[in-house]
Amino acid sequence: MDGISLLTITVLAVFVGFEVVSKVSSTLHTPLMSGANAIHGIILVGAIIVAGQATHPWVLAVALLAVVLATANLVGGFVVTDRMLEMFRGRKPDKPAKPTPDETQPDTKENTEATR
Amino acid sequence: MTLLDPNVTALLYLAAAVFFILALKGLNSPRTARRGNLIGAFGALVAVVTVFFSTRLDNVPLILGAIVVGSGVAAPVARRVKMTQMPQLVALFNGVGGGAAALVALLELPHAEDAWVRVAVVFTLLVGAVSFAGSAVTFAKLQELMTTRPVVFPGLPVLMGAVLLAAVGAAAAVVLGGSLVLALLLLLLGLVAGVLLVLPVGGADVPIVISLLNAFTGLAVAASGLVLGNVLLVVAGTLVGASGTILTRAMAAAMGRSVAGILFGAFRGGSTAGSTAVSDRPVRSSSPEDVAVLLGYAQRVIIVPGYGLAVAQGQHTAAELAQALESRGTRVDFAIHPVAGRMPGHMNVLLAEANVPYESLKEMGEINSEFRTADVALVVGANDVVNPAAKTTAGSPIYGMPILEVADARQVVFLKRSMRPGFAGIENDLMFEPQTTLLFGDAKESLMKVLGAVKAL
Repeated sequence: MDGISLLTITVLAVFVGFEVVSKVSSTLHTPLMSGANAIHGIILVGAIIVAGQATHPWVLAVALLAVVLATANLVGGFVVTDRMLEMFRGRKPDKPAKPTPDETQPDTKENTEATR
Repeated sequence: MTLLDPNVTALLYLAAAVFFILALKGLNSPRTARRGNLIGAFGALVAVVTVFFSTRLDNVPLILGAIVVGSGVAAPVARRVKMTQMPQLVALFNGVGGGAAALVALLELPHAEDAWVRVAVVFTLLVGAVSFAGSAVTFAKLQELMTTRPVVFPGLPVLMGAVLLAAVGAAAAVVLGGSLVLALLLLLLGLVAGVLLVLPVGGADVPIVISLLNAFTGLAVAASGLVLGNVLLVVAGTLVGASGTILTRAMAAAMGRSVAGILFGAFRGGSTAGSTAVSDRPVRSSSPEDVAVLLGYAQRVIIVPGYGLAVAQGQHTAAELAQALESRGTRVDFAIHPVAGRMPGHMNVLLAEANVPYESLKEMGEINSEFRTADVALVVGANDVVNPAAKTTAGSPIYGMPILEVADARQVVFLKRSMRPGFAGIENDLMFEPQTTLLFGDAKESLMKVLGAVKAL
């Protein structure tokens, strides 16, 4: 892709990045930081490309190290964020969250577990 | 193996980028946050599968093995970590991401033929290395492997300046000549700069630095995308860089500080260095039983949890106390200062873990006007976030920081370990006011004693 297109995309992404977090409540600052942290683990894609094109053993070794580190960032980041967020739920059984279509199955199960 | 059509690949990457945007958007609200995170994870999965089917790759078994190793280490740790230790884990994951970006850039240097691509290479190298080393020091501070106090020594600013100058020189040389040796030197200088950047930051400010380094890693990933010509890395990295910057500023604003002040404050002596001076002004201290009576016969209690509660692991006891009071007909809310705990929003997570319903966690703006109607404000292990000096004393280090207006409550009870000032190292005049009662001791133990006494009422 040519430089100007990449620059265009970058500038637009900056504004999207500013916009999506501009009004987040401080309650969710930590999960948001952790979620954003997981997203940059996508450097894994870059590490895979470099490792897949490595010909010299040293290059391959360093690239595989990068794959391990990036995977840790990506997988660990999403898992720890999920753990934080699964704790945001109501306690009282008589006051369940309104059953919306987007309520996923595991959520409901954990709610019942938490109230036993 | 036939590879995916480049247009299909581009569309799949676009889909992954949209998933990431939706993930960040979803994380804005407690209702959608968990789903948002899962959408992000799905986007990452799409992107990783796509790269295997769209690029001619050798060493695939080794790469898959490395992925298994990475997941095998990270996932169990992330599953098992105690919620109070979560900030340092986030720092660690952030650091390894930065390190991975730096390594990718280093390996791509020999293939970077244009000077502008080499500019992106040196940027990724330097910023990735700073993020890696900085996060490592942050981890050590939060894990208390080293002192949490600011580490400053004479000549630190000079050393930092020299390292940065050398880094700029090495970066320029790499851009012009593409030398791998100088690139390695640049990587080293970045590591040193990362350490020097975080050393002078005091314990309470460390979370803001994690957020800043998170934004740094995002930028490094975006630059590595430019190196590899991969649009997804550019978009995802830029998203994190931009949102991380905003988040860092929001966190700093909640503490009434500037990001520059946090990073360079210790150089000027205006940081959270903190004093250990113990005041000898008279205070009214009390017994757990007295506090239990105060709480047990109150109509409305607002609990202000702070860092001390998190350190003492007392969040479950605090939740139990709230439950016991509610069963007596007292209305109990938790007032959460934006920076309570070890990270902004950390206290919410800790209390949510202790099964405090989300609805009783009140944000500062929402609860501040309600302290007037509260019979008792119970401050557990918090100090600076309720210090009226932030409003009244212009010279105070915390002046300008928004605080919880506990002074408006009819009675104020502090559970404190000692008379030692908080991180900001300033005395809290509220403790000497007539409506204030103090109960000394470890936050968790005090809470358990009060809880026992409430149950015995």
